[in-house]
Amino acid sequence: MNNAFIIGQYVPGESIVHRLDPRTKMVVIFLFVIIVFFANSFWSYALLAVFSLACALFTRIKFSYIIKGLTPVWFLIIFTFLLHLIVTKEGDILFRIFTYPVYAGGVMQGAAISLRFFLLIMVTSLLTLTTTPIEITDAIESLLQPLKKIRFPVHELALMMSISLRFIPTLLQETEKISKAQASRGVDFKTGRVKERIQAVVPLLVPLFVSAFKRAEELAMAMEARGYQGGEGRTKLRELKIQQRDILVFGVFALLIVGLLFTRA
Amino acid sequence: MGYNFIEFKNVSFRYGENMPWVLENVSFQIKSDEWIAIIGHNGSGKSTIAKLMNGLLSPQKGTILIDGMEVNEDTIWEIRKKIGMVFQNPDNQFVGTTVQDDVAFGMENRGVPRQEMLKRLEDSLSAVGMQDYELREPHRLSGGQKQRVAIAGVLAISPQAIILDEATAMLDPNGRKEIMDTIRSVKKKHPLSLITITHDLNEVTLVDRVIVMNKGKVWLEASPRQVFSRKKELLEIGLDIPFIAKLAGHLSQQGMPLKNEPLSHEELLEELWTYHSKM
Ligand SMILES: Nc1ncnc2c1ncn2[C@@H]1O[C@H](COP(=O)(O)OP(=O)(O)OP(=O)(O)O)[C@@H](O)[C@H]1O
Ligand SMILES: [Mg+2]
Repeated sequence: MNNAFIIGQYVPGESIVHRLDPRTKMVVIFLFVIIVFFANSFWSYALLAVFSLACALFTRIKFSYIIKGLTPVWFLIIFTFLLHLIVTKEGDILFRIFTYPVYAGGVMQGAAISLRFFLLIMVTSLLTLTTTPIEITDAIESLLQPLKKIRFPVHELALMMSISLRFIPTLLQETEKISKAQASRGVDFKTGRVKERIQAVVPLLVPLFVSAFKRAEELAMAMEARGYQGGEGRTKLRELKIQQRDILVFGVFALLIVGLLFTRA
Repeated sequence: MGYNFIEFKNVSFRYGENMPWVLENVSFQIKSDEWIAIIGHNGSGKSTIAKLMNGLLSPQKGTILIDGMEVNEDTIWEIRKKIGMVFQNPDNQFVGTTVQDDVAFGMENRGVPRQEMLKRLEDSLSAVGMQDYELREPHRLSGGQKQRVAIAGVLAISPQAIILDEATAMLDPNGRKEIMDTIRSVKKKHPLSLITITHDLNEVTLVDRVIVMNKGKVWLEASPRQVFSRKKELLEIGLDIPFIAKLAGHLSQQGMPLKNEPLSHEELLEELWTYHSKM
């Protein structure tokens, strides 16, 4: 088992983006996801692209690393482009592939949509690259506070998330242990037909579930023994604080929105 | 001399209506500055006693007083503030995603202000020698280290009593020694009642008083020395006695009875080299 196992893809760092309040990052990214859909001219796209690239640069994470993280979605981006190329029939015919006409409008629209897609995914991935899962949990708990009024269990949700984060590596280690134990008893996980391989997973899952339930029970007992009685009257060690840099980021983002309004066609 | 901090009065307990009694008519007292060991075979009811002490379970018969308060629905939260508990499995009591989050958990539950929390966090982590691990995740700690973090979490709430329910059972001899040394130094600094529940009779030699459980009843309450002098009976109720006590037993069988029951190598040595000097 790899000891440096990190959940998600967090890259430790000290950059300004890393040190931003996670709530700032989440709110800005959420708004970004919305305003991307308002871009409709060359300059508005250019503006958003520059903003995203600037964000990426400020993380001080190697750009090639960020791009590599997008590998699974490259296919979708290219697919979107091709789809528009084929389906859209506007503007002049640019050239023909064999006999199939490719329109200028198709190229334009394909490029715009896939750029939109690319920016969206890149910017959202910056969140998980620069924010630890537990920070994200804290931010969610804090941002959802208003929902408490309608009895939404905000604190419980956050606790659930943080306990899951706490136990994922433990359960992975355990899975590894059990699969080795079962392999030593002759269970074969790697070869055979699909049906046989699925059957081989059963002796892995059963002990895993049994132990997970036992853990859950003991953990609940330990939490109660340590005085846990729900979110009421609890204080927190991890603290979120809006700093000057957060305000700065909101300011820059407001300018971006203004810029977008001016550059829209 | 302390006062009676924990008091069991004729306590009986079972896990369900039609289940056998797990504890029968158990009575004992523990002083506010006393170190007690509870020993007994598997299933003799030790963990049950521990859980009764802080209201994780409540008895069907008898009463339990903690610091003069009867344990019931209204008092359990007050009582849990006074009692810290460390369980056997280091993994299943680690709540936080990092060491500092876990140590803080108990304080957060009690609403300790953040500034105060930071201070206590530092103090309790250095008390167990884990001050350099604040940001470590649990899966990158050894079992002994996790157990030390659990103890730090208990110290951080400055309890009046600490219960260790086989807290060293899953550790190797080194880990065990580390934990016991930690505990001993804590006990020296703060007067508190300490209850160690254990199978390892080597841990028993240090305590003030031993409660031996057998089949849900208190079988014996005595000093470690008195307990080890009843070797044969201990073996009969399924307990393994430490090497030194065994050796002393064999010596007396061979016609060489020692005056005092030795508890450590040093004491045995002392007994042996003064054996023929009749002073
Ligand atoms: N949750 C439970 N439900 C039903 N019976 C239980 C439960 N927990 C324990 N028991 C039973 O109660 C008895 C005492 O258990 P307890 O855990 O107190 O023993 P113990 O002395 O701590 O043993 P060990 O040395 O194995 O830890 C045992 O017979 C056990 O089977
Ligand atoms: Mg037990």
